[in-house]
Amino acid sequence: MAPVSTERDLRLDLFRGLALWLIFLDHIPSNAVSWITIRNYGFSDATEIFVFISGYTAAFVYGRAMDQHGFVVSSARVLKRCWQIYIAHVFLFAIYLAEIAYVAHSFDNPLYTEEMGMLDFLKEPDITILQALLLKFKPVNMDVLPLYIVLLAWFPPVLWLLRRAPSTALIASATFYSLTWWFDWNIPAWPRGTWLFNPFAWQMLFVFGAWCALGGAQRLSRWLNSPVVVTLAAFYLAFAFFIAMSWYFPRLAVFVPKIVSDIIYPIDKTNLDVLRILHFLSLAVITVWFVPRDWPALKSRVFWPAIVCGQHSLETFCLGVFLSFAGHFMFTEISNQIPMQIAVSLAGIAIMVAAAELVSWYRRVERRGPGPRPPAPTPSYAGGA
Amino acid sequence: MKKRLAALLAWPLLAGPAMAAAPAECLVAQQQVEQAFPLPHVAAALTAKKLDVLVVGAGSSVLPGPNGGKAAYPARLQKALEELLPGVAVKVATDVNPRRTAAEMVKAIAKPLSEIRPAMLVWQTGTVDAMQSVDQDQFAQALDQGINIAHSAGADVVLVNAQYSPRTESMIALSTYIDIMRWVALQHEVPLFDRFEIMKLWADLGTFDLTGATNKLDIAARVHNCIGWLLADLVNEAAKQGRPQNEAVKPGAGN
Repeated sequence: MAPVSTERDLRLDLFRGLALWLIFLDHIPSNAVSWITIRNYGFSDATEIFVFISGYTAAFVYGRAMDQHGFVVSSARVLKRCWQIYIAHVFLFAIYLAEIAYVAHSFDNPLYTEEMGMLDFLKEPDITILQALLLKFKPVNMDVLPLYIVLLAWFPPVLWLLRRAPSTALIASATFYSLTWWFDWNIPAWPRGTWLFNPFAWQMLFVFGAWCALGGAQRLSRWLNSPVVVTLAAFYLAFAFFIAMSWYFPRLAVFVPKIVSDIIYPIDKTNLDVLRILHFLSLAVITVWFVPRDWPALKSRVFWPAIVCGQHSLETFCLGVFLSFAGHFMFTEISNQIPMQIAVSLAGIAIMVAAAELVSWYRRVERRGPGPRPPAPTPSYAGGA
Repeated sequence: MKKRLAALLAWPLLAGPAMAAAPAECLVAQQQVEQAFPLPHVAAALTAKKLDVLVVGAGSSVLPGPNGGKAAYPARLQKALEELLPGVAVKVATDVNPRRTAAEMVKAIAKPLSEIRPAMLVWQTGTVDAMQSVDQDQFAQALDQGINIAHSAGADVVLVNAQYSPRTESMIALSTYIDIMRWVALQHEVPLFDRFEIMKLWADLGTFDLTGATNKLDIAARVHNCIGWLLADLVNEAAKQGRPQNEAVKPGAGN
């Protein structure tokens, strides 16, 4: 089955760009500005948005490649993308090592003898670096790219099946998700534990995104526009909002019946809890309801900064991780007052936008470059998948 | 930040007694201490004028050096409780060893509980689990088990979460473990002493400099002193709720 629509849906770029901003804000520890991010008001967070849209665009881009060049060539492109992401991850790890080696050498405080034990792994850099290269050792906030690498690595066969038998592929993905929950499957991490984002569980959202891109969204449109579904989604968001408020206002907790708290807790991020999926889907339903595909404002300058970030997601994501390290460093070295936090957050987003625009410009120049390459007929999802 | 908003909104609800003896710097964060759940065993112990407390914790429940024990929050808790509860024989025992996960503490918890028979267990945990990326389910289960063991031994439980440590924040992923502790506390209806947010407030307001590199104990001792005082305040307030004969405090009436 071929992709149904060929024109890019700017909503995807917009919301992926916004998700990248939110991930950046959430990744700066103790950042007051992260108070605005969606994770504080419900069960899901920007990761769900990012993974879903990445699945959607991956299917869109590589599905078209599969049409034009066949399975082998498009698979090779997917794996090349995997390799790029791996390199980006290792690059970020190097920056991380530099940061913590600095802290290990310069910081001593009797209050934190326990916490400083965290730096013990610097005593055996041989093992640590090797485990990082194997994607088993993943520092804080560096879990998304390894997840993405695994999701893309097995995407060629998934895409092949999705194009032949979309429903079968979706059911297979959901079955795999259920089996993962049943048997506690996950990939081991180092020094112990498992991956923070379990790829066996998170694949479902990625495959669901891909399924939507390959015509699933159109099949769902009757449901998406139904007032009943929209009402249910709104109620679920309100419920999640109330529960989230009870985390910050313990006095509200007395209004949460024990049976409800017994059912919902713990809300498992590692294995993509059903509550989180439902929360993301509800957000998506409400968003699609209010933001139609041909909404004129999508082409306005107001949304351009987020859209350009969403169009160059890998570059923007990596830069965001680096900027969140840098931002935290400024909090501890210079000041962690609220104006500083706001300034660092805004500056970070501005840098992400500027870098994305630079990449965009560079791609345009390259396309025009010396070779006889014809310009692409429609703007592609540059860096899309 | 969100906690700070919570604190702001909760401020008028808190008609807690002025802790005259506590240093003013501690009180900066007093509104962060919210006790949503009563402590009936503590209330009974107060009626009997004898309160035994057991503190179980890891490395952040103690300070290094020869005076570390006296300066650490368990000893300060005893001091504060003695001042807050005149006429009550207060004794705080500790079972504190660095680098222990919640599950490791659960294994060791039964013995001191049966020996001391405390009315209250103060259980500090979460940091080591986060450092070792202990499986989240296992962490939640260990908390469940520990709370159940303490309850069946006739002790109320107060959970104490990780410290706020600005320098290592980007290296230790505390937030998941802090969330789990919050959820388990809500499920079991036990108070959570939110040490993380309290210390974060002190750091944000400049009450204590938590980023400074030093090998002196002074700030660390002041921080622990305040934690002892605020814990004592939480115990005192929650125990009031647990006293059924106390008509002045209506449970569930917002305070």
